[in-house]
Amino acid sequence: MRITEQQPGVSKRYIDPDSVTKRMDGRKVINTVFRSLFFMATLVALLVLGILFYRILSQGLGFLSAEFFQNFASRIPEKAGIKAALVGSLWLMAVVAPVSMFLGIGTAIYLEEYAKKNRINDLIRMNISNLAGVPSVVFGLLGLTIFVRALALGNSILAAGFTMSLLILPVIIVAAQEAIRAVPQDVREASYGMGATKWQTIVRVVLPSAIPGILTGSILALSRAVGETAPLIVIGVPVIIHFLPTGVTDTFTALPMQIYDWAKRPQADFQQVASAGIIVLMAFLLFMNSIAVLIRNKFQKRY
Amino acid sequence: MKSWKHYLGLTVVSSALLLGACGGNVEEDTAEDGATEEQAAESDTASESADQSSEAAVEGEVSGDGSSTVAPIMEALVEEYSATGTDVQVTVGVSGTGGGFEKFIAGETDFSNASREIKDEEKQKLEEAGIDYTEFLLAYDGLTVVVNPENDWATELTVEDLKKIWVEDGTTKKWSDINPEWPDEEIVFYSPGTDSGTYDYFNEVILEEEDMVQNATLSEDDNVLVQGVQGDKNAIGFFGYSYYVANQDTIQAVAIDGVEPTNETIESGDYSPLSRPLYTYVSNEALQNDAATYDFFEFALDNAGAMAEAVGYVSLPQEVTDEQKAKLEEFKK
Repeated sequence: MRITEQQPGVSKRYIDPDSVTKRMDGRKVINTVFRSLFFMATLVALLVLGILFYRILSQGLGFLSAEFFQNFASRIPEKAGIKAALVGSLWLMAVVAPVSMFLGIGTAIYLEEYAKKNRINDLIRMNISNLAGVPSVVFGLLGLTIFVRALALGNSILAAGFTMSLLILPVIIVAAQEAIRAVPQDVREASYGMGATKWQTIVRVVLPSAIPGILTGSILALSRAVGETAPLIVIGVPVIIHFLPTGVTDTFTALPMQIYDWAKRPQADFQQVASAGIIVLMAFLLFMNSIAVLIRNKFQKRY
Repeated sequence: MKSWKHYLGLTVVSSALLLGACGGNVEEDTAEDGATEEQAAESDTASESADQSSEAAVEGEVSGDGSSTVAPIMEALVEEYSATGTDVQVTVGVSGTGGGFEKFIAGETDFSNASREIKDEEKQKLEEAGIDYTEFLLAYDGLTVVVNPENDWATELTVEDLKKIWVEDGTTKKWSDINPEWPDEEIVFYSPGTDSGTYDYFNEVILEEEDMVQNATLSEDDNVLVQGVQGDKNAIGFFGYSYYVANQDTIQAVAIDGVEPTNETIESGDYSPLSRPLYTYVSNEALQNDAATYDFFEFALDNAGAMAEAVGYVSLPQEVTDEQKAKLEEFKK
């Protein structure tokens, strides 16, 4: 348009502003339509989340008191507490975190740093990614067969912890692999150039810069383990339990199990107790996820 | 390089602190519990003095699993039992009657709760596994058939009607198929899941082992059934009495052969055939050799009636309770 304005003497316009505006209008409309469509899609998710939050908070807050954390489950909704489940979930994490992180990060280091590029290793890599998509019930059955029955661990914290570790292992491996792969090759070569061995390079160069990514992925995977119910049900974790575990071989119950049990009760008051339990579980998850976000923000962009 | 070691150290220390804090809480909690709940403290001292007079205190672990219908009674019993200050640790899972028996057969539990009688195939498997057991009755439940409050036609059904309504015969059922005077609208079915004893019991006494209508909505969560019947004028469903009692205002119980389910009709057995006992099956070996199991069941049978009433079931008549206690007495050393 500017060209035509600058050259008033030229009668033939190379670009016809009218047709351009016309065609642009059409494209602008399409743009607006899709923008609002996608905005609506975002809104639906947010709205559902908002409704969930509102319902849970309005129902559960009334039951959220100091006693709720100090009492065991009870037949009287007002006296019902989440102590056994909360402590049980913490114990579960105490097993899952070290086991899954050691195995997961170890596997990732092997696959990224040591393993040669050949068919077998490609097959292993592919299968690990596939494992991440296996439903949790299947892992529950695996745990029941191997840990509960074959290794005779019973429905102990150890058996449940190992099962949960297997469940989140693929996620941790994939996250750790990504993090390790993101460390520039130059840095490794610089390390070798200084005469460092492979092991020294991994421990002193690769891991320090990969650790934020690894931890972020691991914590997100751990929060999945906190919320999973299906494997625990399959393993046969009890719900009615009026003592706290004193070691990893003790029986326990976990937050989602307790919430599920309350939600199934006939009395309306128990639905509200279940909501209070959900608030505790969500606070637990938000806490863990915020640690992950914190780590990511603090240690990002080292290179 | 330093920062990452520093960081790792921080993680280790903080996780140790977290767990330590958790342990600390636990001790505090129990101390507070003891202080605030005078009742618990009292029973503590009571049981201690009782222990001193008898032999050494009973301790050990008792584990059970099974019916979700029986679970509220069990929860109440475990709650009261642990309030006596006992050293026996009881755990109860809620896998459903069928799931509970699977664990019982595998020898993983000491007792199994059931909302129906043990099946022949389960008996056979227990025999193969070499597990002897004793059956105890805990309470009565009235399996309640419910319809929407707006339903003013099917407020009273006979057992034959029920069978006609629920049995699969290859057609889409309408209320008018059962009785021509009833509306010409499709019936919507809600039933407990197939792993529940409630389903099995209904299947046995009403359907006489014929297939249930295929388009029934099955759910292990009875609240889903309650909501289903609340929301549809043409719905019919069935579940345990306590779910009806908790939702009396929004759903309507159907009288069976002219008898409505009430505490009286269920206890007397007039509400037939849907009045059913709730069971627990206990391993004889555990009762004989494990003082903890015997102690818990001694307490459970003494208190089952009161606890059953408290959570919405019907207690056994006195003579039936006495029979159960007599069965247990045989295992006393």
